[in-house]
Amino acid sequence: MQSNILKHKKKTWVSRRLQEKLIHAFFFFNGIISVIVLLGIFTLLIVTAIPTFKEINLKDFLFGMQWNPTSYLKEVYGIVPMLVSTFMVTLGSLVIAIPLGVGTAAYLSDVASPRVREIAKPIIEILAGIPSVVIGFLGIVLVGPFIGKVFNIHNGLNGLNGSILLAIMALPTIISISEDTLTNIPDSYNQASLALGATKWQTIIKVKIPAGLSGIIAACMLGMGRAIGETMTVLMATGCAPAMPESFLGPVRTLTSSIAIELGEVAYNTTHYYALFALGLVLFIITFLVNLVSDIILNKFEKVNR
Amino acid sequence: MKKIRIGLIGLIISLIFMTSSALAEDMIQIKGSDTLINLVQRLAEVYMDEYSASYIAVTGGGSGTGVAALINNKCDIANASRLMKAKEVARASDNGIQVNRVVIAMDGLSVINNGNNTIRQLTVDQIGKIFRGEITNWKDVGGRDMSITLYGRQSNSGTFVFFRDAVLKGDYSQKMNRMNGNAQIVEAIKQDSSGIGYVGVGYVKMATGLNVLKVAARANGVYASPLNGDDVKTGNYPISRPLNQYVNGTPKGAVRDFLAFELSAAGQNMVEAEGFFPIPKEYEELNSKVGL
Repeated sequence: MQSNILKHKKKTWVSRRLQEKLIHAFFFFNGIISVIVLLGIFTLLIVTAIPTFKEINLKDFLFGMQWNPTSYLKEVYGIVPMLVSTFMVTLGSLVIAIPLGVGTAAYLSDVASPRVREIAKPIIEILAGIPSVVIGFLGIVLVGPFIGKVFNIHNGLNGLNGSILLAIMALPTIISISEDTLTNIPDSYNQASLALGATKWQTIIKVKIPAGLSGIIAACMLGMGRAIGETMTVLMATGCAPAMPESFLGPVRTLTSSIAIELGEVAYNTTHYYALFALGLVLFIITFLVNLVSDIILNKFEKVNR
Repeated sequence: MKKIRIGLIGLIISLIFMTSSALAEDMIQIKGSDTLINLVQRLAEVYMDEYSASYIAVTGGGSGTGVAALINNKCDIANASRLMKAKEVARASDNGIQVNRVVIAMDGLSVINNGNNTIRQLTVDQIGKIFRGEITNWKDVGGRDMSITLYGRQSNSGTFVFFRDAVLKGDYSQKMNRMNGNAQIVEAIKQDSSGIGYVGVGYVKMATGLNVLKVAARANGVYASPLNGDDVKTGNYPISRPLNQYVNGTPKGAVRDFLAFELSAAGQNMVEAEGFFPIPKEYEELNSKVGL
C-alpha cells in the first residue's frame, strides 16, 4: 500500500518535470516560429528576386520610369511610377487619418462620458473588421463619384480616392492604440495641469499628447504599415494606370496592386515572374525601414521621457 | 447530449466523405476569361440541373489566369477570349499537356462611350490611335472639346491582349485606367462623360446610359454594330472574335459531355440569350477535329 503511494508520487514528480520541459519547449517554439517564418519569407523573396537582375539592369529597375512587362513591342521594368504611387497614397492617407485618429482618441479618453466611450469604442473596432474588398467597392460606387462631383473631374478613380479609403482602414489602429496610450497616462499629469489653471483643451494638447507621443507615433506607424501593404482597396479604387502619377486627382498604381494584377497570369520562372518577386522584396524593404524608423523614434522618446 | 454530439460528428464526417468522393468523380474545374464567365456559369447551371450529376465549378480571373492554370494542370477547361500564344502551348507540352481548342461562341468586342457623348461611330484606325494615346481629345474625332479618359482591362485579361493585338497593334497608353473586369468598365463609362472603353458584347446588350459604337474597318467603309449578330458572324463588324475553351488532349467523359452540351442547339440558344452569337460553320469544323 505504502509503496504504491510512493510510486504514485514519483510518477507525478517525473511527469511534472517533463511537463515543465514540454511547456518550456512549447513557448520557445511559439516565440521562435515567427522569427523563422520571417527569415523564410525574406530568403524566399531574395532567392526568387535575384534572377530578375540577370536580364534586367538593376539601375533600369530602380530608376526606370515605365513598367510594362506584357508589352506588344518591348518589355520594360521600371518601378519609379509605382514607388511614387505607393508613397502618394500612403502619405495622403496619413494626412487624413492622423489628425482624425488622434483627435478621436483624445475625445474618447478625455472628453467623452464613459457611456459614449463604451458604445463608440467597439464600433470603431468593428470598422477594422470590414473586408478590404468591401471598402474598395465603396470607393467605386460612393467615394469615386463624390470626388468627381466635388472637384468637377470626369471620374473619381484616383490617388485621392485611394488615400481616403486607406485612411478609413488605418483609423481603427491609430484610434485604438492612441486611446490606450492616452488613457494610461498617470492621472497626476492631468490633475497637475488643471491645478496650474490650464483649460481642458490646453491639458490635452500641451500635456497629455506630448506625454503619450511615443505611443501615438507607434500607432501612426502601424497605420502606415497597413496603408503601404493594402492591396485590394487600391486595386479597385485608384484606376491603376501605369503612367507616372501627375496629381492626387489622376490615376495611380501601387506596388501591391501591380503584384496582384500580374501574379495571376504570369508564367512560372520567367523574367516577369522574378520581377514580381523583386517588387515584393522592394515592398518588404520599405515596410522594414518604416518599422525600423518607428523603433528608433520610440526609443529616443522613451529616453527623453525618462 | 453526448449521443447527439457523437451523432453530429458522425454526420459531418460522412458528409465530408460524400462530398470528397463526389469531387473525385465528376468535378469539372473551369477557369479563365471574365468575358466568358457569365455565359459558362449559366451553361453549367442549366447543364447540372437538367442533364447531368457532374459538378462544374466556374471561376474567372482573366484568360491569362485560366491558361496559366491549364498549363499547370490546375483546371480541366480554360476559358480564353484570346488564342493561346505559341510560347504558352510550348510550355504546356513541356508539362505534358496537349492543348486542344474548342470555340463555343462568337463575340463582337464592343467599344463603348458615355450616353451623353455625340460620337456614335469610329474607324478601327481611330480607335487604335485613341487607345495608343495618340488622340487625346474627342474633338479630334469630330466630337466636343473634351479630353478622353481611357478604360481598359488589366494585363491578365484576354480581351486586353486581343484588343491590343487586333486593334492597337502597339502598346496601350500608359494613362489608360486598368479596370478589374468588364462590368467595372461598363459602370465607369456610365459615370464618365469623357470615357471610352471596350467590353464583350454580352455586357452591353441590356446596358443603358452608354453608346455601343459602330465601327468601320476603313475610313470610308461600312459602319457596323456588334449588336447585329449577322455582322459579327460574317465579319462585317471588324472586331469580332471567337471565344475559346482549351482542354488537355481529346476531351473524354464528363468534360466531353459538357462541351457537347455547349455546342448543342440548346447550348447555342443560351449563348444568344446571354448576348453573344452562335458559332459559324468554319469553327464547327474546327471543333469536329477534337470529336465534337
